[in-house]
Amino acid sequence: MTDEQKQKIKEFVVNLVKEYHGKKRFKPQDLEKEVEQNFQSENITRKDAKAAIKELTDNGELIYGYAGGSFLTLPEDQTQ
Amino acid sequence: MAGVRGYGGGIVGRFSDEPDEYPGVKEYHTARLNQIEGFFYTSDVLRKLADICDEHAGGLFNFHGSTGDIQILGFKQEEAEELFQKCTHLGFDLGGSGSALRTPSCCVGPARCEWATYDTLHITDNLTREFQNEMHRPTFNYKFKIKCAGCPNDCIASGARSDLSIVGVWKANIRIDQKEVAEYAKKFDIKKYVVDKCPTHCMDYTDGKLTIDDSNCVKCMHCINSMPKALRPGLEKGAQIRIGAKVPMVQDPRLGFILIPFYDVNKDKEEDYAFLKDLIQKIWDFWDEYGTNRERVGELIQRVGVGNFLEAIGLDPLPEMVEYPRANPFIKFEEYLVPDDEEEGKEG
Ligand code: HEM
Ligand code: SF4
Ligand code: SF4
Repeated sequence: MTDEQKQKIKEFVVNLVKEYHGKKRFKPQDLEKEVEQNFQSENITRKDAKAAIKELTDNGELIYGYAGGSFLTLPEDQTQ
Repeated sequence: MAGVRGYGGGIVGRFSDEPDEYPGVKEYHTARLNQIEGFFYTSDVLRKLADICDEHAGGLFNFHGSTGDIQILGFKQEEAEELFQKCTHLGFDLGGSGSALRTPSCCVGPARCEWATYDTLHITDNLTREFQNEMHRPTFNYKFKIKCAGCPNDCIASGARSDLSIVGVWKANIRIDQKEVAEYAKKFDIKKYVVDKCPTHCMDYTDGKLTIDDSNCVKCMHCINSMPKALRPGLEKGAQIRIGAKVPMVQDPRLGFILIPFYDVNKDKEEDYAFLKDLIQKIWDFWDEYGTNRERVGELIQRVGVGNFLEAIGLDPLPEMVEYPRANPFIKFEEYLVPDDEEEGKEG
């Protein structure tokens, strides 16, 4: 995975979470599967998806929530 | 929500339903910290931890939670980040919570116990470091627990409550010191309290001599526990790997079943536990692919069948892999059906 690809994956993931915010809770593995499917032609693996998502949570662009199971959401949920 | 940046677990959030009436416990979160294997701490580190707990939380600890972690209770989200930073500077990382690998834990093992057949502390430390990502970034269907017991006494009840349990066993004969047996015979009735209580009746005590038919010993530890000076586990030491136990408090507890009857853990240790890590990864891949939300791995195996599970992780079925003796005498072997079908095809 190139840095450019990683950037694209990160944008894709954040956009997905934004698009479905309040409608669907994405478990981390749901997002990994979405990435895998969407970037299939670029040979992106689960490992790559995990690495990209790790950067998003490390820098706080996405945060983890828990409601019967872990999911990823936007930082503004922190205040709720 | 309760948590610290970058981590999907380690902080267990609890909010009061009546925040106006009980403002003091409006938020009452718990931080799980990786325990030290064997629970050894210096008094100095405990004092420093206590200071953090006083300053940022309710001054209340749980040594240790049923997960095995140290738990610091009673803090607000606004304290979480600083509490966490101070703990990491002391050398403590957060433990697991949520749909993740929970902090692996072990019995005190060879640090204090002569019965351990392998180094429970070393393997637990190694797995904890290896699977940091799986602990701190929850991507599983549900929780996954690994617990390592040094012998079949299983002081941490790993066989009853961990999805993957590693329990020390031995292969060679139980070592008998007849002189010490004679000493015990002066103190209590060996036949009544030891030999007759052996679950497989594989022991004999006649004319002052104790014998064991080791081929029928199920390693229950009863005789060894009763006469620790006279009997010791056999020398060919390893472990048993069991899969699928869980103890939810509400309903449906289950025991695991034997996945690997004899795992040469002491040899695998020399290879950085490569075999075990590969096995765990395969189990997780299978669970990830076929498991449903909040389904523990043992429940998944029951749903899809042990055969399918074994095929997916690349293990051959063994007679030891039974949950209970079978009640149905009919067995269907699929590989025998295939040639038949082909023959029919040819004839037809
Ligand atoms: C009626 C109220 C409650 C019920 C029914 C309840 C139930 C449970 C159950 C079943 C578990 C075990 C989960 C497992 O299988 O690992 C658990 C663990 C836990 N609960 Fe509660 N709980 C209640 C209230 C609370 C409160 C008020 C707090 C904190 C203020 C709390 C904090 C925790 C923590 C920190 C654990 C983990 C304990 C450990 O690992 O040793 N719970 N609870
Ligand atoms: S499980 Fe066995 S080895 Fe571990 S502390 Fe208990 S008796 Fe000792
Ligand atoms: S360990 Fe248990 S099964 Fe084995 S000889 Fe002793 S009492 Fe019998």
